[in-house]
Amino acid sequence: MRVIGKGVNREDGYEKVTGRALFADDHSFPGMLYARVKRSIYPHARILEIDTSRAKALPGVLAVATARDIPGMNVVHVVIDDQPLLADKTVMYVGEPLAVVAAETPEIAEQACDLIDVKYSKLPAVLDILKARGKSSPKIYKDNNVFAHHKIRKGNIEEGFKKADIVLEQIYRTPYQEHAYLEPQGMVAVPRYGSTMEIYGTMQCPFYVQQAVADITGLDLSRVRVVQTYTGGAFGGKEDVPSLVAGQAALLAYHTQRPVKLIYSREEDIISMSKRHPAWIKYRSGVTKDGKLTAVEIEFLFDSGAYSTLSSVVLWRGIVHSVGPYNVPHVKVDAYAVATNKVPCGAFRGFGSPQVIFAAETQMNELAAKLDMDPAQFRSINLLQEGDLTATSQLLDHSVGIGDTLKAALGSSNWRDKRKGSGGTDGSVRKGIGLSTVFYGVGLGAGGKQMARAGAYVQLLRDGSAQFAVGTTEMGQGMRTVLSQIVAEQLGIPYKKVYMIETDTSRVPDSGPTVASRATVMSGNALIKACAPLREILLKRAGIILGQDPQFLIFQDEMIHLEEHPEIAVPLMKVIEDCHHHRENMSHEGWFISPETSWDPETGQGKAYFIYSWATNIAEVEVDIETGQVKVLKITAAHDMGKAINPLLVEGQIEGGALQGMGYGLMEEVLVDEGRIINPNFSTYIIPTVIDAPEFQPIIVEKPFRDGPYGAKGFGELPLMGVAPAVTAAISHALGITLHEIPATPERILEAIQAAKKANLNG
Amino acid sequence: MITINFTVNGQKKELEVKGTATLLEILRDELYLTGTKEGCGKGECGACTVIMDGKAVNSCLILATQADGSEITTIEDLEHDGALHPLQEAFIEAGAVQCGFCIPGFIMSAKAFLDKNHYPTREEIKMAIAGNLCRCTGYRKIIDAIQLAARKMYGEKP
Ligand code: FES
Ligand code: FES
Repeated sequence: MRVIGKGVNREDGYEKVTGRALFADDHSFPGMLYARVKRSIYPHARILEIDTSRAKALPGVLAVATARDIPGMNVVHVVIDDQPLLADKTVMYVGEPLAVVAAETPEIAEQACDLIDVKYSKLPAVLDILKARGKSSPKIYKDNNVFAHHKIRKGNIEEGFKKADIVLEQIYRTPYQEHAYLEPQGMVAVPRYGSTMEIYGTMQCPFYVQQAVADITGLDLSRVRVVQTYTGGAFGGKEDVPSLVAGQAALLAYHTQRPVKLIYSREEDIISMSKRHPAWIKYRSGVTKDGKLTAVEIEFLFDSGAYSTLSSVVLWRGIVHSVGPYNVPHVKVDAYAVATNKVPCGAFRGFGSPQVIFAAETQMNELAAKLDMDPAQFRSINLLQEGDLTATSQLLDHSVGIGDTLKAALGSSNWRDKRKGSGGTDGSVRKGIGLSTVFYGVGLGAGGKQMARAGAYVQLLRDGSAQFAVGTTEMGQGMRTVLSQIVAEQLGIPYKKVYMIETDTSRVPDSGPTVASRATVMSGNALIKACAPLREILLKRAGIILGQDPQFLIFQDEMIHLEEHPEIAVPLMKVIEDCHHHRENMSHEGWFISPETSWDPETGQGKAYFIYSWATNIAEVEVDIETGQVKVLKITAAHDMGKAINPLLVEGQIEGGALQGMGYGLMEEVLVDEGRIINPNFSTYIIPTVIDAPEFQPIIVEKPFRDGPYGAKGFGELPLMGVAPAVTAAISHALGITLHEIPATPERILEAIQAAKKANLNG
Repeated sequence: MITINFTVNGQKKELEVKGTATLLEILRDELYLTGTKEGCGKGECGACTVIMDGKAVNSCLILATQADGSEITTIEDLEHDGALHPLQEAFIEAGAVQCGFCIPGFIMSAKAFLDKNHYPTREEIKMAIAGNLCRCTGYRKIIDAIQLAARKMYGEKP
């Protein structure tokens, strides 16, 4: 292949290194106004009055809008319609939007927000997920504060535990994680022609934004056009919440009939936008003395915050991934998304899986330790293989690369020697190495089946260049490049001659969200389908020119030639010109519907995802036992993504994801006091800097997926998912302790060392 | 309003600014140099890095009035006559760019640094970009890119 599998330069590299790439805030329109949002200061309160008169009177203010001024529906649709755009009767979390202001300058808009007087009457708040389901808890959602409950029942759990020689039960906790995309949320709403609305902004899911703007303004979907601007990182944090930002800007644009720009400040963004759900996980598993898992029983709670948003789907991915990539005959899982008066949590790379993976992987390592077995060997005994059934009883019939990733990572990291040689007595510094094995269900799966389709449009122009459009988005992950490579390969033209038009709801049909690592498979396949008729036309025309039967012709090196006789050839460019000359239709559409999935909600059994990607992470650390400081030295990450269409970008995904996973395991923690986030900036919410970054060894394993474009499966989320437990396993190895809660901050590590010392003394 | 005179990307400018305006605001809003980004507005992310009198600074922390009389270079000045600066080329070739929002800031920090240190070690590069956050890349390829650029510009250490 000419372009597939090559580490070609990013298609959007030039725009990004020159500063020409226009992100949300870089867009301006004549007559544009600036918006600001008035937010709740209480976690739970009745709204007695919102007095906007002083704000409206401020010179330079063009509009102040509350829930009453919404012409359409006051709802931001995600799954259950419980979330309003602007709070009406009660506020449910600190930072909930109450009113929006449009003014001539951002400063005036800010001042006007301060002049809005809100009278509240405080209500008791639900803040703790462990208490929220109790009888005495105040109720904020139905009669039990539970947005969703999902379960898995496989085999017979009592039987499974009877067969076990060792049973381990443990509680694990994981924190909020903030996306910390470098570009904050932002939208510009532009009213056009009196009755339409255009939206430009930073987002993952233009079709969600289109729906939200239509709902709020009351306009038909056909009159709302959403164009994605360059998007400065997302990681799930620009999945559903941009609908709020766009709705707020659109409401003001609707009333003023002028363009309105709304860019969130970093603090506002951290306080009010979605996060990774904090979790409480009770994990119990049984194993025979030769190390075979017999049963796994899990109960877990996700702290969903004030509105359901994506919680039920996040929870669903959580249960499917909760048992890990292991062959376990008896499984029982119960999971609950719990309502609290805190910021609504949502999508974040891994989508409900990193929490349960931390628990599962830590428990597997603890089981191995109890068996006095190398954790890698414990994995080899239990890992899923081709022909096995998953926890949801899905038969894995191909593309199961977990064993290969384990082998590759162990070899490359020199696991065996390092595992033996750990500890060390070099002053107060101890060395350790730990691992995790993880899998990832690609795409929306049975939980989001009705959205599992994608469209594409391709046009081959007179000059031999091609442009294409898809409904999924580029947010940094490299989709634009990968899809351009696919189009170049399909049409036989140079990669540099392919251009992707910015994602725009008016170009292609609703293609679902850009989430779940689905863009390569879904848009890639849709593009291949769109290119098929173009290839056919090109071959037909070449056949006429050469006087040959088109079925014996092939594309090669910008020529079309007879397969058996390469000398009988015509330049592709000449064929393209000929096609245009003969008025062939050189633009085509493609539509791809995902392979089948299935699910029984009563038993939690079924074909949850159409394919899985697999990975092994190995972390090496140094821990100072006096300070509790951890230095991650190296992360080796071997990934099976079916086919690396662009290995350079694949490496970038692995490294960047691994560092986010390391942050999750070691340092990142949103602190909440009485429902209020108290570290809403980068000096108190600490993400890894270059100083924290370890050495990376990314390894590519390719087990092709038969329905994927060139065998690719999609894997953008996987790099983050299992890194935290690999890091804590390495710390445990270094110190002979076990950590059941992340982040493993120096304080927690020192505490664990103390606890272990005490246990030793008492033991 | 206060009048300031300064040189931006080699051109002399005279501007009327508010006393509270930051250098970042006037670059973006008055001079339309939107390549410089705002990620936090508080000196915590480095997305707004520009070069002021030879030093990399967070333009969100500098008042426009403080820039009076200074010489400013922004990302827009690096490409000349269609030819990319070696740093820009290296960032593309090394695969150091993902979403791109942090990239102008990194390139400006790296430029100020390489202008003074022609043969840096990886550790020195890390110190030079320690104030720039990137959430996408994991940083390794950014360090690679800066090393590659140094080699493109100055060759191997003599
Ligand atoms: S915007 Fe200036 S440092 Fe973040
Ligand atoms: S490339 Fe996205 S923040 Fe650096």
